[in-house]
Amino acid sequence: MKGRCLVSSRKDPEPPAKPKAGFSRRGFIRGVGLGSGAVGTGLLEREAVAAPAPANVVGPGPVPITLTINGKPVNVTVEPRVTLLDAMRNYLDLTGAKRVCDRGTCGACTVILAGKTVYSCSVLAIDAQGKNIETIEGLATGNNLHPVSAAFVNHDAQQCGYCTAGFVMAAKGFIDKHPNPTMEDVKHGLGGNLCRCGTYMGIRQAVVEAAKEMKGGKNG
Amino acid sequence: MANTPDYSWPPMEKRKVIGKPYKRVDGPQKASGRAKYSSDLKPKDLLFGVYLTCPHAHARVTSIDTSAAEKTAGVKAVHVVSPAGTEIQWAGTEIAAVAATTEEIARDAVRKIKVDYEVLPHLVKDDDLSKAGARAKAAGEKVVGDPDKAFQEAEAVSEGQYGIPVVTHCCLETHGQVIQWQGDQVSVFPSVQDVTHYAGSLAPNIKVPIPNFHVKQDHIGGAFGSKFAADSWGLVGANLSQKAGGRPVKLFLDRDTDQMIAGNRPSAYAKIRIAGKKDGTVTGWQSESWATGGFTGGGTPPLPYIIDTIPNQRLHHTSVAVNAGPSRAWRAPNNQQASYLTCSALEDFAAKIGMDPMEVFQKNVAYAPTARVETYRYQLQKAAEIADWKKLWHPRGQGGSGPVKRGLGLGFSAWGGGGHQSQCRTTINPDGSVLVEIGTQDLGTGTRTIIIQVAAETLGLTMGAIKLAIGSSDLPPDSASGGSTTVGGVSSSTRKSSMNALVKLFEAAAPALGAQPEQLEAVDGHIRMKDNPSKTLTWQAACRKLGTTKISEMGENQQRNPMGLNASGVAGIQVADVSVDTETGLVKINRYVAVQDCGLIINPRLSESVCYGAIIMGIGTALFEERVMDEQTGLMLNPDMEFYKLAGIDDIGEIIVHLDIREENDKRGVIGLGEPPAIAICAAVGNAVANAIGVRVPNIPMTPDRVLAALEGRNA
Ligand code: FES
Ligand code: FES
Repeated sequence: MKGRCLVSSRKDPEPPAKPKAGFSRRGFIRGVGLGSGAVGTGLLEREAVAAPAPANVVGPGPVPITLTINGKPVNVTVEPRVTLLDAMRNYLDLTGAKRVCDRGTCGACTVILAGKTVYSCSVLAIDAQGKNIETIEGLATGNNLHPVSAAFVNHDAQQCGYCTAGFVMAAKGFIDKHPNPTMEDVKHGLGGNLCRCGTYMGIRQAVVEAAKEMKGGKNG
Repeated sequence: MANTPDYSWPPMEKRKVIGKPYKRVDGPQKASGRAKYSSDLKPKDLLFGVYLTCPHAHARVTSIDTSAAEKTAGVKAVHVVSPAGTEIQWAGTEIAAVAATTEEIARDAVRKIKVDYEVLPHLVKDDDLSKAGARAKAAGEKVVGDPDKAFQEAEAVSEGQYGIPVVTHCCLETHGQVIQWQGDQVSVFPSVQDVTHYAGSLAPNIKVPIPNFHVKQDHIGGAFGSKFAADSWGLVGANLSQKAGGRPVKLFLDRDTDQMIAGNRPSAYAKIRIAGKKDGTVTGWQSESWATGGFTGGGTPPLPYIIDTIPNQRLHHTSVAVNAGPSRAWRAPNNQQASYLTCSALEDFAAKIGMDPMEVFQKNVAYAPTARVETYRYQLQKAAEIADWKKLWHPRGQGGSGPVKRGLGLGFSAWGGGGHQSQCRTTINPDGSVLVEIGTQDLGTGTRTIIIQVAAETLGLTMGAIKLAIGSSDLPPDSASGGSTTVGGVSSSTRKSSMNALVKLFEAAAPALGAQPEQLEAVDGHIRMKDNPSKTLTWQAACRKLGTTKISEMGENQQRNPMGLNASGVAGIQVADVSVDTETGLVKINRYVAVQDCGLIINPRLSESVCYGAIIMGIGTALFEERVMDEQTGLMLNPDMEFYKLAGIDDIGEIIVHLDIREENDKRGVIGLGEPPAIAICAAVGNAVANAIGVRVPNIPMTPDRVLAALEGRNA
């Protein structure tokens, strides 16, 4: 077998929520006290709407939430089931992160959430509140590319480019934690992202170069 | 000017921009996440489209009720694709689609559509021909020479069975588009490898004239042969938009649907016998092959591949119709299959007579098309050198005494190319700015970059001085990016339009230099006299001579008359160096060497990237990728990306690409490289595995279970 599963788990999907202020589907289900048999059916949602909801429960209709994206608060109204990825793409026009597998395999949707690299297709938007969400849109300063992006350009680490934003974010998250990576480290550390065009040769070089560049203090 | 300008490429040593490894011009856009793909677009009033698809491999729709979906708040249009009575021939077929104000509402509404099916018997597997029954259609027998005699008189006969399964394109951007059909106008942002002809593939179905289409695509997230036309999702999206009063609709396939219906490469299986002499010369070939390309059958690998003048042959091919999504062109259609089957059989023959396959291949490439024989001989030598073949190769099964065995394997390839039909417009403005326009698309191969290189070279300018517009149906018509024909086509049309424009500029500037237009040249941002370079005007000054009139000139590449600018026909040899753990069955690529024939290379960096990409994709298919069908349910078991595995960054070993850039190749003109390096990987990896473990693993991909099964077979 390949190491993909292992490697993916290194990405530490967000630990399941402490249902904070009821802003989670899980909390919602508990709140209305339904038997497990009905969980996940359309019936649940219809009955649930009718049931008087405890004060700290929201949904299933759209709810206003506040995300902190690249350091700035952003208000958006989404249903509690909407993923962070879909909130960004469908509601906020932040389209650097891509929806490719939509289930935590490919890394095209990678963002950095509270300092941790995550698949944004596998995090609910409501659960991402109160944490800083770094996206590709926040990397460049003006017209200056972030050193990771610049290294991707220098080493031609992209073809169609559909995986690239995810790779750049994964690489940034990786370098933040491993400032002196060897080539072997890079091959393991970036194993949670996939590219169909086959740009890995360039990506390997790019990540090693970017790490050196960032240590040089040019950017962080 | 009465004379046609000389369009021919400048000689190698005189080139200033062509042949240089410029970085891809859209790299910064992509690496900063700013590049907008059609699937990123969110025009005002956008509706989200979602499909309902068929959960059965073979069924008839008996009733469909969309009323609940239609009544759902937020739903703006429902469109039935497969009305009652429709016979469905593969799972994932589009049944209906919904467009709603949010994607969540559209998904809920789709779930409310009630469909009843009469489930019919299916066949989804094609690896065992004996089970195909009436679904198998024999293509008839082809005989060359006297195969019976060849096999009777052979000094050695080898035989084997080999198979390569259906794999999917798995483009990271799924198929689909954002489309708006309002009155008699259609605006579309598709994900397509043929912007120019997109409208033509949809217009007749919705009766909107082609000129009323506005097709635009800045970037595309992968195509590989699977995105040539508007497809049914273009039509369905248009219908949804019209029903919704002309609001734009975004309809992109979900990953599972994309994996099931939006393109795959046909399988190929074959029983092959080879007759030959002890000196390695093949004298006879016999193959019984079969394949499926989906419900319509299809997929005929050209056997024997490359060495097709073997004097005695008997060929028999059968096409199998299965209830699974239809095949599409897949980066060198039928060639990977043919290369795998042929090279596997040839390597088995080498093992049978106890010869080094490098020598056996050397001998038998004599059967390749005459023009390529010497190329293959040279490439085999070169590949052996780079891969350290002499030192590392060993006879089968002598891969060391430990559990991990190392082995080397060979594969060969051939591809055409040429330049597709293409028109380009070069505009030179009085302020000195230059605009190049061409209705092509950049699939990630670097098309934008090479067009700018050609224009800059031709006009004696820098890359930054050229503005480029591609990806729109309003631009001069280009063609599909398929068959590795794009670089040949666009480089030639750009060369011509830019040269035509330059001639006009020479005419305007000549009087000021006291020269005849034909005495001028454009070099380093100047227009000057060829034999008196001190008579010179800066580019800007020359352009000011245009007064208020810009120059706008067309150039065309005609596929049938490339005028020496582009060409067709490349050979390739590849060597895989693998390690196989005989205890776990795991195959690891150590090193992969590709010696690739080429023509004039406009950008070596991008050419190398395309080769890497092709090889990495090939490694994926050799080791991991397979559409797994379930016999019982008729469903694809891995319409996803966790069990449909692509190669990852640590799966590919070290890749060495040797592009054969030489003056004699350069003289042929530009030849595309999208497909040629993608052909031989399964062959080389399969042969390397056999060499390592001493036994043939018949079927691709070389997964641990298959490797272990082959090893057990030997031990048993
Ligand atoms: S889209 Fe999130 S991991 Fe693939
Ligand atoms: S560049 Fe196309 S998927 Fe990575």
